[in-house]
Amino acid sequence: MKDISVLIGGKAGDGINIAGALVAQLLNKIGYSIYMYFDYPSLIRGGHNFAIIRGSEQNTGTCWNTVDFILALNSETIERHRERCSPETAIIFNADQVKSAGQGVKVNAILSETNAPPIMGNSAVIGGFAKAAGIEWDVVVAVFNAHIPKGVDLNLKVAKHAYDQLETVHAVSKGSQPPRALITGNEAIGLGMLRGGLDAYVSYPMTPSSTLLHFLAEQQERFGITVVHPENEIAVILMALGFAYAGKRAAVGTSGGGFCLMTEGLSLAGMAELPLVLVVSQRTGPSTGLPTYTAQSDLRFVNHAGQGEFPRLIVAPGDAEEALFWSEIAMNIAGKFQIPAFILSDKTLSEGTYSASPGRLQETQREDPTVWSGTPPYLRYADTPSGISPPAYPGMKDAVVKVNSYMHDEAGITSEEAALVNQMTRKRLRKWDVLSGEMLAYPGVMVSGNPDASMALLCWGSTKGVCNEIALLLGLKVIQLIVLSPFPVIQVKKAITGVKKLVVIEENATGQLASLAEQHGIIPDHRILRYDGRPFPPEDLMARLKEVIL
Amino acid sequence: MTGRQLITDAQNTWCPGCGNFSIQHTLKNVLSDMEKEGKSLDDVVLVTGIGCHAKMADYLNINTFYTLHGRTIPVATGIKLGNPRLTVICCSGDGDSYAEGLDHLIFAAKRNIDITVIIHNNRVYGLTTGQYTPTSPLGFKGKSTPSGTAEYPFNPIELMLASGATYVARGYSKKMDLLKKLVGEGIAHKGFSFIDVLQICATFFPAADYYTPRVYELSDHDRTSFEAACMKAKEWDYNSDAGIALGTFYTRSLPTFDDKTGMHKEKTPDRTQALRDFLSTKL
Repeated sequence: MKDISVLIGGKAGDGINIAGALVAQLLNKIGYSIYMYFDYPSLIRGGHNFAIIRGSEQNTGTCWNTVDFILALNSETIERHRERCSPETAIIFNADQVKSAGQGVKVNAILSETNAPPIMGNSAVIGGFAKAAGIEWDVVVAVFNAHIPKGVDLNLKVAKHAYDQLETVHAVSKGSQPPRALITGNEAIGLGMLRGGLDAYVSYPMTPSSTLLHFLAEQQERFGITVVHPENEIAVILMALGFAYAGKRAAVGTSGGGFCLMTEGLSLAGMAELPLVLVVSQRTGPSTGLPTYTAQSDLRFVNHAGQGEFPRLIVAPGDAEEALFWSEIAMNIAGKFQIPAFILSDKTLSEGTYSASPGRLQETQREDPTVWSGTPPYLRYADTPSGISPPAYPGMKDAVVKVNSYMHDEAGITSEEAALVNQMTRKRLRKWDVLSGEMLAYPGVMVSGNPDASMALLCWGSTKGVCNEIALLLGLKVIQLIVLSPFPVIQVKKAITGVKKLVVIEENATGQLASLAEQHGIIPDHRILRYDGRPFPPEDLMARLKEVIL
Repeated sequence: MTGRQLITDAQNTWCPGCGNFSIQHTLKNVLSDMEKEGKSLDDVVLVTGIGCHAKMADYLNINTFYTLHGRTIPVATGIKLGNPRLTVICCSGDGDSYAEGLDHLIFAAKRNIDITVIIHNNRVYGLTTGQYTPTSPLGFKGKSTPSGTAEYPFNPIELMLASGATYVARGYSKKMDLLKKLVGEGIAHKGFSFIDVLQICATFFPAADYYTPRVYELSDHDRTSFEAACMKAKEWDYNSDAGIALGTFYTRSLPTFDDKTGMHKEKTPDRTQALRDFLSTKL
């Protein structure tokens, strides 16, 4: 077996995410590329949580409905996921909680024999799984040593008891991938921004962006950054613009609801020409919606948010490696062009765990714009051929740095004079043209699958994973847009050359990418949409594509 | 830059008799003194909101960030955290910081961020031509409340004391010597400084005849006593008829937010190495 799916389920508070991460590391160590999906309702205790860990030979970002193993910490797991079982599915369960076919782990008995606290119960289930999957004991030891911060020896003792009690029923053969770092999409975004010179991250908690705040806050010493959690998202974006004015590279993170509060600050960034990166991780809306479930329904919002007209970059990475790569680019583009740059994520990407190659780490670095020459008078909004004015920062000798939300002249002084309004509007918009040209040098539109196929899937963001997988099975082409603004019309038109049937795949109810493409003269033939907060399982996309193919 | 021309060429559009002129001259004099004492004005930033007060950004020839209505304080906080060496002053209006951006004012006091907030409290919206503000007296007849407001005003001095501000003062645009002293003290104070300035709006709320006979300077007042400060703050509630104390109500020394959170270090650790180290924990 070279492709393995493991579901672990229990109630909220059972530590499913942590247990899932250990299972993921076991598969990582035996040569698989990892993707882990974590599903949980918006509550602290109770309710059903589950994670699906997929190990495969190729990078993936999707989980099939059918799984090879179910690790059930409670009986609800068995009931809810019965339809995921095939005749070959092996069930490992906590025998104190569950009656089921399969192999039971006598968790309470093991805990009392080893004199271990209840919190170590999951180690017994993981040990049992390792044995059932034929994973060597040494691998379990290595993974526990690396990833359990406290009480490793006792956890191993607990796991070993279960390991010795169970039978290998579904031997998983070794894969060929070297072990790689397993990181979440949010961690990848954070690492990419750090690569791009992040100095300060400002954020108010909102799922599914919060784990980025937690990650950067926890790691601020290591990376020498400042992390601030202010009173609300309005303060968040304005504080970040304060950092930018002081010459620091700043980013904010939120989800759709928090971004609603940021729109006046976004427009200020556009007018004041301050660099800012905004991470918007989408969840199901409108309004509070489904806080812990995914969506791709804020593309239109992010693309149009803020009064007036000003340039913006929007990138939507499809997995952790792309998130790492593009978050760095977003930082550099924001800095160079002094514009807002969005990293548009979603719950699937932000909270999914992926294998990430560190190979990209050598490629690019923080790029700083050319600063002011130092000869007064300083003109913050000097009208240049590119529209980009050399920045200066308060504290620099003889620079009077005047930044203004009103229409202003080159020095930054308010003006309502008509000719000047025209001149400065054109100056700002010229940056958009220059940016559009510059983005041609980046891989903003990815084409994969069968290059000669007459049918292509058009997608963006985390649905890349499921589209690539199905395209491979059905012999289709995949066109994935990573850059969404400025809209990469030249690259998309090139990619659809020879395509007879263009099918847009999106996790929203109206086809937002489809509409955006239509604005640029690219007319999709079909829209396959899903909007229940759950990422497309490959089975579902396959079935719906077959209807379109016929 | 030394001996700089402190006033820009921008055309001044405040009404004749506007209290903002006094505040402008006060700031100019304070800045000029700072320069004489050897402080470089390159290290000073003025942040303004939106409203008549905010034109200060256009009129003073120093680093300025002309922000949004109500949003001076979060911007100023970001600037101070980004470069703690800078002296950051906010000019904000009563509509600005007592209405639209009240949350930021309270949190700045709570955090004790080392910035100085000067509220141009004319108790009316001037630039939008005369609506009531959070400090307008009960029954104020403005364009949005033609039969008079049905709500009492805030007492911003009490509010700031309750929120943890470490320098709390009140000035009056017709008492320029005192105002200069308060602004100078506020800037020198390490921590969050709040100065409510009773500012005359010549067009929509010309209250000089009310203020002038009632104001007096605090004396024999223990500015380190929170209880004494609260007592004095309650004397005039921005609504009833009473003596109006001017001066420093309260001051206290506490660690600042920027000391703990600001970017003091110019050098950051080797990022690439730090990234590799981090990723090695995820293997």
